[in-house]
Amino acid sequence: MSKRIDVKDLNVYYGSFLAVEGVNINIEAKSVTAFIGPSGCGKSTFLRTLNRMHEVLPGARVEGEVLLDGDNLYGPGVDPVTVRSQIGMVFQRPNPFPTMSIRDNVLAGVKLNNQKISKGEADALVERSLQGANLWNEVKDRLEKPGSGLSGGQQQRLCIARAIAVEPQVILMDEPCSALDPISTLAVEDLINELKDQYTVVIVTHNMQQAARVSDKTAFFNIAGTGKPGKLIEFAETSTIFNNPAVKATEDYVSGRFG
Amino acid sequence: MSASIQLSQRHHHNEGSGMTATSLTSSQAAAGRAGDKVFSGATLAAGCLILAVLFGVALFLVVQAIPALTAPASEIQGGEGFFAYIWPIVIGTLIAALIALIIATPVSIGVALFISHFAPRQLASGLGYVIDLLAAIPSVVYGAWGAAFLAPQISPAYNWLAENMGWLPIFAGPASATGKTILTAGIVLSVMVIPIITSLSREIFLQTPKLHEEAALALGATRWEMIKMAVLPFARPGIISAIMLGLGRALGETMAVALVLSSGALTASLIQSGNQTIAAEIALNFPEASGLKVSTLIAAGLILFVITLAVNMLARWIISRHKEFSGAN
Amino acid sequence: MTSTLTPVRKRSALTKGQLPKAAPYIVLASALILGAAILALIGFNAFGWGLVSAILFTIGLVGWSAGVEGARKAQDKLATCLVVGAFLLALLPLISVIWTVLANGIPGLVTPGFLSSSMNGVTGVYDNRAVEDGTPVLGGIYHALMGTIQITLLATVISVPVGLLTAIYLVEYGNDGKLARAITFFVDVMTGIPSIVAGLFAAAFFFAIVGPGTKTGAVAAVALSVLMIPVVVRSAEEMLKIVPNELREAAYALGVRKWRTILKVVIPTAISGIASGVTLAIARVIGETAPILVTAGFATSINSNVFGGWMASLPTFIYTQILNPTSPSNPDPSTQRAWGAALVLIILVMVLNLASRLIAKAFAPKTGR
Repeated sequence: MSKRIDVKDLNVYYGSFLAVEGVNINIEAKSVTAFIGPSGCGKSTFLRTLNRMHEVLPGARVEGEVLLDGDNLYGPGVDPVTVRSQIGMVFQRPNPFPTMSIRDNVLAGVKLNNQKISKGEADALVERSLQGANLWNEVKDRLEKPGSGLSGGQQQRLCIARAIAVEPQVILMDEPCSALDPISTLAVEDLINELKDQYTVVIVTHNMQQAARVSDKTAFFNIAGTGKPGKLIEFAETSTIFNNPAVKATEDYVSGRFG
Repeated sequence: MSASIQLSQRHHHNEGSGMTATSLTSSQAAAGRAGDKVFSGATLAAGCLILAVLFGVALFLVVQAIPALTAPASEIQGGEGFFAYIWPIVIGTLIAALIALIIATPVSIGVALFISHFAPRQLASGLGYVIDLLAAIPSVVYGAWGAAFLAPQISPAYNWLAENMGWLPIFAGPASATGKTILTAGIVLSVMVIPIITSLSREIFLQTPKLHEEAALALGATRWEMIKMAVLPFARPGIISAIMLGLGRALGETMAVALVLSSGALTASLIQSGNQTIAAEIALNFPEASGLKVSTLIAAGLILFVITLAVNMLARWIISRHKEFSGAN
Repeated sequence: MTSTLTPVRKRSALTKGQLPKAAPYIVLASALILGAAILALIGFNAFGWGLVSAILFTIGLVGWSAGVEGARKAQDKLATCLVVGAFLLALLPLISVIWTVLANGIPGLVTPGFLSSSMNGVTGVYDNRAVEDGTPVLGGIYHALMGTIQITLLATVISVPVGLLTAIYLVEYGNDGKLARAITFFVDVMTGIPSIVAGLFAAAFFFAIVGPGTKTGAVAAVALSVLMIPVVVRSAEEMLKIVPNELREAAYALGVRKWRTILKVVIPTAISGIASGVTLAIARVIGETAPILVTAGFATSINSNVFGGWMASLPTFIYTQILNPTSPSNPDPSTQRAWGAALVLIILVMVLNLASRLIAKAFAPKTGR
């Protein structure tokens, strides 16, 4: 249930504006990879190209290849919808569907796609996904309550449960803890550590301690100046990035000299 | 964990071609894409239908109006051609709308200011709802009210005007005994226009940048001085376009005039019976009309359409200009 | 300053030179008394008393303020008086209309059979008898009520899909392109079409397609749709726009197709606002008279076929009963029926307005927090 991602010479555009330039990166299966870098360096933009969410914005497009176990996401005849059902995403702010109960939120990916599922299967899927998101014990007695009634941290774990219920190969997380308090953040970080046993996890974070705590490998993105494209500066084992980076800019950033 | 394996097998099975060629191109996708196409096509068709309807409005009105415009003058009502028939009721329409605006504008701005800046906060939204109720009352009810209540009540005032201010052509006597005059119709129209101008002005007043207001108050301005310095200059284009939209409504309103006015030839006096508006002329005559008369009335409707269209476009243009240049941020 | 030495001060330096708090009440009381006295001299009536008192109150308060507080404060007081006066003035017609309709409408409404019978067979003879011999007024609004419901329902069935789909196009697919901007512009234009012109359009359209003189409930429904569609588009567009983009992205990220996302996530989230907007649009067109007048003709009996024959409606019923009474020599029974129908119509509109607010509250997504 987990695949690797290889990116070759990827350029990302908004209209005619080049936002991210020339990214080459290999993301191992069943690992946690963190993207760090200053604001506006294109790390979130790049993350969104990995499941074709980037092109939801008008005028957005990419050049280059993103290979999921060798299959190009941007190849001819590839449906972005199929891509997204294999590569899930968790967003910056928790966004459970306000019209649905907790249970329906977990089943959203199945139900919205109109797939037939028996009640027994559905119950099993809900329990497994919520347990996978470390949320089962907190919500098992109120599955029919609205998802938006949960706390911020619980909502974010509900969103993770919703993502893993689709049984994706890869889970992308776009600053999943930036809207959460420290205790909820800890719960989500613990969860990320468990998720990598089954999934490939890619996480964008502003918090360098978080990157150091949860990731196996870290990629540092930077930008030369406003209006210039973002670039991948360095990609290595997390311990290397934080203790012994090869590039001066990486060292300056992780030691807090800018950013 | 056995349930998990079972389920993931089902899942892969559903995906059809699965792992063989590439996991990203499946047969299911084609069917799904068709759904997307059909749905977006339906929304596009609905949007185009609206354009077609509006085009149809113009086209069918023109086609049905042509006989009246090309017919010999003697066959048109009045016997002097379409132009001689239409211009008195165009002027009548403008007079009625003008009266409505002269009354409604100051009252509406006052009401909007009252709700936005004078009334206590807890009351403001409730008061706004009360004014909206004015807009909810059907026009035929206003017409009935104007004819049955307002006209008889107001006719002594017309007598007084005719006696004391009769030297003004607009108040020339003898005043109508029933009170069913163009001035009464204008008053009823103003009541119908007030909620429109009020709600638009109120919105603009509430958008006044708080910083400007507080800056004025911090200089020691009274509330009225603050409104003069900060609110009214900011809101001026908005108020003007609100008045124009109110004008559009007043020009096209039918029932208030058809039921209230005892119509007749164009006269300068507002307190005698006489005058007529396009909308009321159509409503009173269309149900029994046939042949060329239908064409004449449709041509009159076309002219009303063009007038209100011009007024509304002017209002929108003022609003859009205001959006670009408002110093709101 | 002595005030700093005395422990108990009568007035703070900050309130010096101000009118006492009770000033408006004192001026109001004297204005009311003086106004009553003046009106007693020239013939008393309530409206005149209110008007004269309001003018006296304004003069009194502004004059007093000018003497004690200075010109700037007096100007402020004058503005306040005018603004409050404008509001009270705007309330007068509302109160008067509602009072007139209630006072005149209740006798009509409580007449037996008013809601359950039509005007079929009710001629001037019966009305004359009702006036001369005091027999009950016959005839009712059943046919008009049914006509209004059928015409409005058909108009809703036409307008809601077209309006909603157009709003979806504008928000979800239009991308602010040329076509989307053209549609937005023409929807604006449509909101400004006078209702009678909408009626003429429907009439002209059916005259050209079906044949001259075609007047049915369906023609009226088309005319009402022209008025209703822009209202539905506008309100639905506003409601779809405030659905957070995050929800759409969340659905896309689960591998859900755009059309299913719109149908299952976006619309359910916005449904309360959309439903309340549609209800308001119905309330707006249900009272329209002019377009029905030129498209559906007049009928005195029940017609259950929207597509054939003339059809009555509440607004046109009111209009014709006032303008062409059933018995021209004794118009009172017709007037009574007209006011009864007006009361029913106002109640319908108010109920729809209220329903729109309740719907907005009841179906709003529950946050539970």
